[in-house]
Amino acid sequence: MSAGHSTYEPKTGFGKWMDERLPLTRLVYDSFVAYPVPRNLNNWYTFGGILSLMLAIQLITGIVLAMHYAATTGVAFTSVENIMRDVNYGWLMRRMHANGASFFFIAVYIHMFRGMYYGSYKQPREVLWILGVVIFLLMMAAAFMGYVLPWGQMSFWGATVITGFFSAIPIVGESIQQWLLGGFAVDNPTLNRFFSLHYLLPFMIAGVVVLHVWALHVTGQTNPTGIEVKNIRKETVPFTPYATMKDAFAMVVFLIVFCWFVFYLPDYLGHPDNYVEADPLKTPAHIVPEWYFLPFYAILRAVTFNIYLPFTDLVLINSKLGGVIAMFGSIAVLFFLPWLDSSPVRSATYRPLYKQFFWIFAGVCVMLGWLGSRPAEGIYTLLAQICTAYYFIHFLVILPWLSRVEKPRPMPASIAEAVLSKNG
Amino acid sequence: MSAADTGKDPNRRDFLYLATGTVAAVGAAATAWPFVSQMNPNAATRALASIEVDVSSIEPGQAITIKWRGKPVFIRNRTDKEVEEAKAVDLGELKDPVARNDNAPGGAPATDENRAAGDGRENWIVMIGSCTHLGCVPVGLSGDFGGWFCPCHGSHYDTAGRIRKGPAPENLHVPHFEFTSDTTILIG
Repeated sequence: MSAGHSTYEPKTGFGKWMDERLPLTRLVYDSFVAYPVPRNLNNWYTFGGILSLMLAIQLITGIVLAMHYAATTGVAFTSVENIMRDVNYGWLMRRMHANGASFFFIAVYIHMFRGMYYGSYKQPREVLWILGVVIFLLMMAAAFMGYVLPWGQMSFWGATVITGFFSAIPIVGESIQQWLLGGFAVDNPTLNRFFSLHYLLPFMIAGVVVLHVWALHVTGQTNPTGIEVKNIRKETVPFTPYATMKDAFAMVVFLIVFCWFVFYLPDYLGHPDNYVEADPLKTPAHIVPEWYFLPFYAILRAVTFNIYLPFTDLVLINSKLGGVIAMFGSIAVLFFLPWLDSSPVRSATYRPLYKQFFWIFAGVCVMLGWLGSRPAEGIYTLLAQICTAYYFIHFLVILPWLSRVEKPRPMPASIAEAVLSKNG
Repeated sequence: MSAADTGKDPNRRDFLYLATGTVAAVGAAATAWPFVSQMNPNAATRALASIEVDVSSIEPGQAITIKWRGKPVFIRNRTDKEVEEAKAVDLGELKDPVARNDNAPGGAPATDENRAAGDGRENWIVMIGSCTHLGCVPVGLSGDFGGWFCPCHGSHYDTAGRIRKGPAPENLHVPHFEFTSDTTILIG
């Protein structure tokens, strides 16, 4: 802990006895009670706590659902309907789980954009950021496999499209795809292994979350000014009660919106086609992934052209492989963000140009999401290509360029000064 | 390591370390392999052999879709007009100039003759109904070229199942098949 040595003092005889053998209470006390957080954290910093809550909700409802679900193609769809109609409170469990996935992603996207706005990924927090991107990737895998389990039309065709990515790999692609599917097409072996992995992944996520929080507590949190804590006594407050209460309040607000969806709009974020049982001979008119994958889906579809070896007719990368590379590249580029943006100033508050480009970038991401929901034709394809190009230009050109030319605003000397100048 | 071991020459102990480590690595890899391989298609899936299809009821202009190895297979009885259209296409216009026909030699050009069922049966076309982009099932009798249209990502195939427009990289694949009689096709 950057906060220095532990201040925990066991109060009971048992506590003292235990502390000398397994100092678990000390770890919790140092990490979540005495742990100092910057006093100027705003509400955008509560999403880490909200994400922990969502992970817990997904784990609990998921374990319950697995008690009633059958991962066999003949009965999977029926078993989900059975959960909805016959299992006591099954409807509630499933709707919490399905909407929980969406709200998990809402929270993670806000959390990530907050990190980008305030430059939270910068030295010395690169590993913290990278672990976050790993969690995001694991979440995507878990969400994708979970969506296959109800064995509706979108489940089946989503699985077909996504596992089709791997067939784009030259030479070994088809073998890899068959290895993933356990057959020549999505079928019972696929459903079975996806269920097994869908149960495994959340525990892997929980493991990486522990590393993520550990890395956070080594470097300490950033804050809206992006200035490091210089005086722990003046510039920080203890995690409990300050951050605990603030996080708890944010969780309640978040849960109110979550419950509104669970109880009043349970299928709003889903797709009606998934209430039709999977049919390998019939593709739905529009295969659309869940909303949280739409920006990446738009990037996948944006590459509609072959890339040739310069000055020849030789296809270097065909359009299919190109789309897959662009889509994975759009996530891979996040791993390098701490080095692409080398400006020493963290917070966008003191970076007038970066602030504008940040909001353009956020707008482009939303636009890509909307384009992902449109059919892949005409003007939509062109717009998706422009937005995809901009997405990469933002990371690979604009950020390194800004780091060189931008003149930051004058910064306060310390958090204390920044807070006092604002609030007198 | 003791002082005697710091010399340049590898000694017996170095050899033993290396040999032991190698055997351990080979053993670990051999143990890991069954855990990887169990995910490959199992014997029951691989045993899905060939199927026979009766095509006597398919009139010109009609098509059926059957299931083979978990994937749809299109069997279309094309009209003379559709065959003529497919034959008239200049090979230079094609995105994928290769026939992709398991019944033809590997690099055969994607002429209509190399895509269809052969002499005297040029009206028949048999293809795996799985878009070469990401595996959706294209819709028949639609698209800009009167062939197939994949609704997922907008790939257009012509009446010979050749990719003409959109993100798919290859023509629809023609599986190994033969006419065992005038009205029966054996696929696989």
